[in-house]
Amino acid sequence: MTTNHAITSRIQQATEVDVDLCYQCGKCTAGCVLADDMEFPSSYLIRLLQTNKEENYNKVLQSNTIWLCLNCENCIGRCPKEVDIPRLMDYLRTESIKRKCVSPNAKPILSFHKSFLNSIRNTGKLNEINLIAEFKLRTMRLWQDVKLVPSMLVKGKLKFLPETVKNRKNIIRIFNRTIKNTK
Amino acid sequence: MQGTSREYNESVKALAPFFDIELTDIEDWNCCGATAAHSVNKNLSLALPARILALAEEQGMKEIVVPCASCFNRLSVTQYELAQDNELRKKITETIDMPYEGTVKILNVVQFIDQYIKDKLIEKTVKPFDYKVACYYGCLLVRPHKILKFDRVEDPTSMDELMKMIGSTPIEWGFKTECCGAGLSVSRTDLVAKLSGNIVKDAADRGAEAIIVACPMCHSNLDMRRPEINKYLKEDVTVPVIYLTQAIGLAVGADPSKLGLQRHFVKVTTL
Repeated sequence: MTTNHAITSRIQQATEVDVDLCYQCGKCTAGCVLADDMEFPSSYLIRLLQTNKEENYNKVLQSNTIWLCLNCENCIGRCPKEVDIPRLMDYLRTESIKRKCVSPNAKPILSFHKSFLNSIRNTGKLNEINLIAEFKLRTMRLWQDVKLVPSMLVKGKLKFLPETVKNRKNIIRIFNRTIKNTK
Repeated sequence: MQGTSREYNESVKALAPFFDIELTDIEDWNCCGATAAHSVNKNLSLALPARILALAEEQGMKEIVVPCASCFNRLSVTQYELAQDNELRKKITETIDMPYEGTVKILNVVQFIDQYIKDKLIEKTVKPFDYKVACYYGCLLVRPHKILKFDRVEDPTSMDELMKMIGSTPIEWGFKTECCGAGLSVSRTDLVAKLSGNIVKDAADRGAEAIIVACPMCHSNLDMRRPEINKYLKEDVTVPVIYLTQAIGLAVGADPSKLGLQRHFVKVTTL
């Protein structure tokens, strides 16, 4: 009998993470603070990958699980085989964007990441006002957190004139050479 | 550190003169990219911190203190990854157009205090911070242990030790290193209310009079998101959230307004 390892080999090549080491003890899922909110938890995700079936791989890439993962690193801290799930999640998120199959349920999370990166691309430093403005436009959640604005002003927490990195060309080149676009 | 978390910046800087420490900013520093970068592009998530480390080297710095736990984590992970893989290091060096050696020592705020403040802390304490406190470490200060090699993964004690030195009584509690919800604060506030709510409730139930933190993300989730937290908990939890550097600042007699205590959402009047 021949066994197909196409998916797990590809993952290992790209991330050095060997998902076959997992023997389903479930400690990662037990310690995951968002396991209940995910379509399926981390140990189940690993099992889907281990099957090396394209349909299961797609299920993983289309799930909200990979986007809800906070990379808090609890799972790898407790994994007896040190399967680096956070590193795997980073890879799966990137793949999910590449294949344009991001879970609709996770779109606001990706919108936040994109707004965050655009803010850095523009000034080199995070500008919270620009970040939130772009996030609101992307998600049309125009009224979210509006209540916070007056007290943030009183507390001096809104910076209207953000600093910019002097060598802006350097930052733009870094973006062009790596992510290219964050639309 | 200049916007929603400016009081953390202010309190780190306010401590320096009490202990004859001179802090200098890394000239032309940029944002490390945080969760957003590593979630969508690996090379970007390494190049942004690498630029910061390369600038520090160029400016002759041997050691940097990184108060934000997330920045500390991303800078440390970058240094580790580039040390492990020469090809990757070459690629990232080309991406940032700067030489990079990886020689700068990276300290988080607790390591910084351990190294430069701890020895003089008891003698400099003029106003003991005599409260029951829950020291909250969060995720990124202690994990991944393989790379950060800082304190204990499940039950860290370094902040508790420092708080004892300024007269506090740290409590035993269950949420020292549970995640607050971090970068989901804006996109999934409901989940942050749940995760941060569980943390705040455990601290309050066990009698903490303050939660002590060393991460701006943890602070804003536990403090600024308190209305959402209290709605989730269906009770009014009023325990304030204070940066480690603010607590030490109060103990050594720094001006509370210079420590930025007035900038918190959950009022610190009980202290």
